[in-house]
Amino acid sequence: MSGAGSYTRHQLFPSWHGWTTMLSISVADRLAHRGDFFVGTLFRFLPIVTQIFLWTAVFSAAGTGTIAGYSRNDFVAYYLLTMMARSFSSMPGLAGGIARSVRDGSVKKYLVQPVDYVGFLMAARVAHKLVYFAIAATPFGLMFFLCRSFFPPMPEIPVIVAFLATLVMSFLLGFFLEATLGMLGFWVLEVSSLIFVYMLAQYLLSGHMFPLDMLDSISLAGSAYTLGDLVQLLPFQYTAYFPCAVWLGKIQGAELAYGLIIEAVWVVVAAVACRIAFLRGTRRYSAYGG
Amino acid sequence: MISSLSAPGPQQPVIDVHGLAKHYRVADKREGISGSIRGLFHRSSRTVEALRGVSLSVDPGEFVAILGPNGAGKTTFLKLLSGIITPTTGTAEVLGHVPWQRHDDFRRRFALVMGQKNQLWWDLPAAESFRLHQVIYRLDRERFERTRDELVDLLDVGRLIHQPVRELSLGERMKLELIAALLHEPEVLLLDEPTIGLDVVAQHSIHAFLRKVQTERGTTVLLTTHYMKDVAALCRRVVVITHGRILYDGTLAEIVDRFTTHKIVTLDFEQPPSEATVASWGYPVERDGPQVRLRIDRERIAETLPKVLAGHSVLDVTVEDVPLEDVIADLFRAGRDSNDAETAAHEARS
Repeated sequence: MSGAGSYTRHQLFPSWHGWTTMLSISVADRLAHRGDFFVGTLFRFLPIVTQIFLWTAVFSAAGTGTIAGYSRNDFVAYYLLTMMARSFSSMPGLAGGIARSVRDGSVKKYLVQPVDYVGFLMAARVAHKLVYFAIAATPFGLMFFLCRSFFPPMPEIPVIVAFLATLVMSFLLGFFLEATLGMLGFWVLEVSSLIFVYMLAQYLLSGHMFPLDMLDSISLAGSAYTLGDLVQLLPFQYTAYFPCAVWLGKIQGAELAYGLIIEAVWVVVAAVACRIAFLRGTRRYSAYGG
Repeated sequence: MISSLSAPGPQQPVIDVHGLAKHYRVADKREGISGSIRGLFHRSSRTVEALRGVSLSVDPGEFVAILGPNGAGKTTFLKLLSGIITPTTGTAEVLGHVPWQRHDDFRRRFALVMGQKNQLWWDLPAAESFRLHQVIYRLDRERFERTRDELVDLLDVGRLIHQPVRELSLGERMKLELIAALLHEPEVLLLDEPTIGLDVVAQHSIHAFLRKVQTERGTTVLLTTHYMKDVAALCRRVVVITHGRILYDGTLAEIVDRFTTHKIVTLDFEQPPSEATVASWGYPVERDGPQVRLRIDRERIAETLPKVLAGHSVLDVTVEDVPLEDVIADLFRAGRDSNDAETAAHEARS
């Protein structure tokens, strides 16, 4: 017998025409439920308003000008930037969608057709984000304009370039991490609890909830290291905290270059993990059921 | 084994399968709360032998029906041929490729339509999904548009391709699924119950469509179905699978010839005869006033009918073959009985 469990051999990425077609179809699919889409996009701005009120109340109660080196303005600017970074790195429905396609069998069509599933998901997600930004650009711009007084002066061009690079990499990192999580659906039927654990870790360790440098002052019991050192070892900070810290000038020079390299390494690691999970997962799927 | 890169010559079979077997492990879970709690600590499973050594060769341009009762292994067989699953043992080549290696040059040359598992995007018009197929299969625009328009015309679904798929009826969706599967002009088409749940009109139009496409393009088609109308309309060759093994492989006419021992005779009498008289001719199936339907052994038809006509005033007489459904059902039962006997013998030995 030959080839049981051998690898799929095909091109990993579609042609330019392939990308544009997948994009336009994904955009059309995204806009098929217009009401849900507009409400979902616009109401995502509500939490930032509550953050402004929350931190105003915290500062007035604390009676101090700064908390852990952050002023009220810094906090508001940080949360606005986090929202921006998260709009790149968050992947609503990606892991659950992959796991569902395995469970209901719709993943079969990607095994039968000459198309790469991961590449296809990537094109769909890029489309998803493009549509999102097209709609959200106006409220985003308005929000940043209204909150402009909370921000420090505009950074230098190289910092802006680095910031944009971190955003692109945060998209890729978020995509591959969640896609890898979804691929676990090839092994376990239900991944919703795993997604919950991932979301929780993401929320706490990415800087989505609070600036991660606040953890630098918390030392780990019985060691010379801090909780901040531990968080540094994980990829989550690159999906929220790192881009914000770059814009706010908290990470500069060699530290910035080093951070960008580590982020790029994490993107490659997550992409490889995703590819391995897909290949092993489809091999298992083919061997055990289908 | 032929290299997976070599294309088959004109005389070579398009599908060549030897000793293909597929065993699954399935969970065995007791019902009720106690069963669920026990399942938390101890999972038991058993092996299901979906296919048990199937060998088959299909020549270019054949239209083959794969028949069998539910759970016989028909869909597993199609999944193996399309490369979705890998076999436990055995070899297979489709168009010169090992299917489960899933080479792109293989995947561009065949198509699989699995019942209602759709290739079409649910919220979009089918035209968008067709456009995606053009990209996935790298069809040049001219060829794509020509094939699409031709297929759309054949099934008369021009007005449907711009409507979101979710708004279409089952029959309409299946027609569009078939078009999507045929856009890249596959050399091998695997159809898993394409007419399931469709009304007679939709079934007829799909039959006519498949017949025309298959004749004009010389496509090799394997079709699983439970509808004998599909088989009678489309397939000369029939493969019957029961319990994971091929029970019969031959023409439809041979099946009827080999597995029917009797015919159905309907007699319309002026004065209905007694039940004892009818029973002396054959096995009565139905009696409705002066009309009697009975099963008579094929060898006895020639001697029985003159006797009936000589002794009674008969207004009308019809002699029919047993319905194909009944023949196939008998065949399935025979397969089950032989499997049961084999299982019992195996258990006795062990």
